[in-house]
Amino acid sequence: MTEDDLRRLIARVKSGRLSRRGFVKRVAAVGLTAPMATQILAIAGAAPAASQSVPTYRPTRRGGGGSLKILYWQAATLLNPHFATGTTNQDGSRVFYEPLAGWAGDGTLHAILAAEIPSIENGGLAADGKSVTWKLKRGVRWHDGQPFTADDVVFNWEYARNPATATVTSGSYRDVKVVKVDDFTVRVEFQQASPFWADAFVGSQGMIIPKHLFQAHNGANSRDAPANLRPVGTSAYRFVSFTPGDTIRAELNPNYHMDNRPYFDTLEIKGGGDATSAARAVMQTADYDYAWNLAVEDEILKRLEAVGRGKVNIVEGGGIEFMMLNAADPTTEVDGERAVPGSRHPAFSDPAVRQAMALLVDRNSLEQFIYGRGGPAVANFLLNPPRFRSPNMRWEFNVQKANEVLDAAGWVRGRDNIRAKNGVRLRFVYQTSVNTPRQRTQAIIKQAATRAGIDLELKSVTASVFFSSDVANPDTFTKFYADVQMYTTTMPQADPQRFMNQFVSWEMSGKANNWQGRNIVRWKSDEYDAAFRAAEGELDPIKRAALFIQMNDLVVGSNHVIPLVGRPTVSGSLNNLRHVLSGWDNTLWLLGDWYRET
Amino acid sequence: MTQYLIRRLLIAIPSLLGISVVLFTVLALAPGDPFEELATNPAVPPEVRAALRASLGIDDPVHIRYFRWLAAMLQGNWGFSFVSRVDVDQLILQRLPTTLLVIGASQILALAIALPIGVYAATRPYSIFDQIANTLAFIGFSLPTFFTGLLMILLFSIYLDWLPFVYRANIEATGWRFYWEHLRQTIMPVLVLGLFQGAAWTRFVRSAVLDVIRLDHVTTARAKGLPEGRITIRHVVRNAMIPVVTLVALQMPAVFGGAIVTEQIFRVPGIGSLLITAVLANDTPVIMAVTFVFACLVIFFNLLADVLYGWLDPRISYR
Repeated sequence: MTEDDLRRLIARVKSGRLSRRGFVKRVAAVGLTAPMATQILAIAGAAPAASQSVPTYRPTRRGGGGSLKILYWQAATLLNPHFATGTTNQDGSRVFYEPLAGWAGDGTLHAILAAEIPSIENGGLAADGKSVTWKLKRGVRWHDGQPFTADDVVFNWEYARNPATATVTSGSYRDVKVVKVDDFTVRVEFQQASPFWADAFVGSQGMIIPKHLFQAHNGANSRDAPANLRPVGTSAYRFVSFTPGDTIRAELNPNYHMDNRPYFDTLEIKGGGDATSAARAVMQTADYDYAWNLAVEDEILKRLEAVGRGKVNIVEGGGIEFMMLNAADPTTEVDGERAVPGSRHPAFSDPAVRQAMALLVDRNSLEQFIYGRGGPAVANFLLNPPRFRSPNMRWEFNVQKANEVLDAAGWVRGRDNIRAKNGVRLRFVYQTSVNTPRQRTQAIIKQAATRAGIDLELKSVTASVFFSSDVANPDTFTKFYADVQMYTTTMPQADPQRFMNQFVSWEMSGKANNWQGRNIVRWKSDEYDAAFRAAEGELDPIKRAALFIQMNDLVVGSNHVIPLVGRPTVSGSLNNLRHVLSGWDNTLWLLGDWYRET
Repeated sequence: MTQYLIRRLLIAIPSLLGISVVLFTVLALAPGDPFEELATNPAVPPEVRAALRASLGIDDPVHIRYFRWLAAMLQGNWGFSFVSRVDVDQLILQRLPTTLLVIGASQILALAIALPIGVYAATRPYSIFDQIANTLAFIGFSLPTFFTGLLMILLFSIYLDWLPFVYRANIEATGWRFYWEHLRQTIMPVLVLGLFQGAAWTRFVRSAVLDVIRLDHVTTARAKGLPEGRITIRHVVRNAMIPVVTLVALQMPAVFGGAIVTEQIFRVPGIGSLLITAVLANDTPVIMAVTFVFACLVIFFNLLADVLYGWLDPRISYR
């Protein structure tokens, strides 16, 4: 099916000559999955009137739900969303602050402080892609009674982009211009046509803090703002108390801007401890309603589920555990730098060796014996939302084929059973962080590699060193002074632009940029660069999705990047708790909609 | 006496300075970055991290940072947490009451076990009571707290469902319910810590008392026909307490330092858990403040122990 055929079908759906179900059936016949088909309809503007992305909220009155108790084994340490490093702090801030819109579980936008989601049809999106106009919801009040207006939104832009304030959200705000149109309308202007416009004021980067409490603290004195620790937001729950690193307590906001919400009278988020006992506190003793991020062996979770009080929630996102094969040479040192961008890896420059490496990864075993439901085997690097998932990639575990590929390429086994060619031996350093599943993965892959005449030297680095940006330390993942490395990367938004920039040539990590570049594998492909440039300016959502799929196929097809398992978020909750989770936004993104079924 | 005190306090100054230099250097040399989470997040431009580091002064050379820290400390400013963005003293003060309550109660429990049992066992050495006490004490300090903690959670929280295993510092209840809830959640951590400490102390008290009970002045007291209880309390225990006081005094700073493992298991928001999260997050000012205050307390309680000797044993003089 070509793009034209697709367009014709969509046009027929739009004009009503073809039913949505008919459309899904037809595209399914050519290999597109049903979620992808509905996504195509949604982005082409033919979605059903009411978005199905968020489950219906049933309670018919505000409050009366008692207390909601949530357990985090890492605790929030601060409550200002613009300083929130890490998801726990973003979640803590999200209890009190809201963005204009959040990302629902299917990767679509859900209006929160916005009156509606901007689109070309409602005039919110400029046809040239250079601006987006947000209409704000009227009648929203801050917890202290002040009205929420466009001034607050504009202030957040000023606050976040101020270099002296040093906010972690500045990346979303420094390149845009925000204009107040009237008291309840703001316009975000981009420097160039931006197909991905939902960054500023959306999701975890977009929580809005009140101007009247922060305007005196915009700059170097930002740390002195009392509201950093006593948040005043617009959300369903208002602040009661906060102990950094331990507990957040909140209570029902009687003036919340959504009807009948929230359901719970009080809220407590307790931090600390470990993931396993958090799972027990919910699913076994039912002391808590919800436990965040259960990095626990699936065996244990299944046993706890068997108790019958709680269940495990698996929410798909873009997180992926993957291996990368260095494109640069990590052994030769040039001017105090190894793995210099542009240098060639002696063995991995041969596509046969890369293909063999990919064939030696037994993803089924990884899923079955190590990760369980928390790590399904995958063939793609760009996993989600479904509209960006490539149907073209396959994975295979085949030691025999790997041997054949290497034999054909002229890599012959030496007396020590290690293959070599022209003095280059297939002996690689394979590094990752210290983490039990990762060490077990290393062992599984090493075993298979030995059978194909490749010797892997396993190296594990403490996570605090591996993931640090310490320029003086040779063992960080951004330096990648090894042949192979493995870690998890996450996708911060439902749009892959910022995710897929980690393979563009101008992002190559090296001494020149203090190893801050995103392209750590140092892979360079002109085709990929061109596709990325095209996607940056492509306003047609279908063409854009195709470009990202092409990028995924290029990088995965090169075998420099070997996807292993997806990393959906795993959490535990009581059976009667009705929550709204999303892999594209914070856990507590729609906390106001949580309720308990009685 | 006053002179002695002044001299001891003056000696304490260089030792504290030495301790702070060592602590600071070790922390500065340790790998890690408080903003490492920003490094792996593609949404955060690298300049932000650089600006943050600059604004918190992490990029300055070690000696400059040390003197800045020292000057602030002398003015009573304990530093500013990188991770929580609040003053460190505020973080510590928030957690002090819980720590004092849980760890303090466990130390009292340990003493309440160790003193009577140790003394009684020593007055009747190799009796059945002594044998049992010895065996239990051995078991008590052979089992690490993380093990007994998990065992208790398994028994009392999961199988019997009597006690909660998540400690909550703010309980929303009033009156007797408030105290009841607090008691219920404090029992397990206090027992775990108290029994462990008590077991070790019991052995120590027993041997200290045994040493004294054989001395001539005790035999003399018996020969005078003094009642046995009076001999034990006045003539034996008081003399035997000198080494015990040293041990207990040196243990007292731990009340401030908290119990890292036990606090983690029961989610007690004490100073131990503050320290461990600070270490994991590379939050140097917090680590520095907690460890330094801990060092000060060790030195202070050492001095206190020395002063207590004089009261227990008038033969000791201070010059």
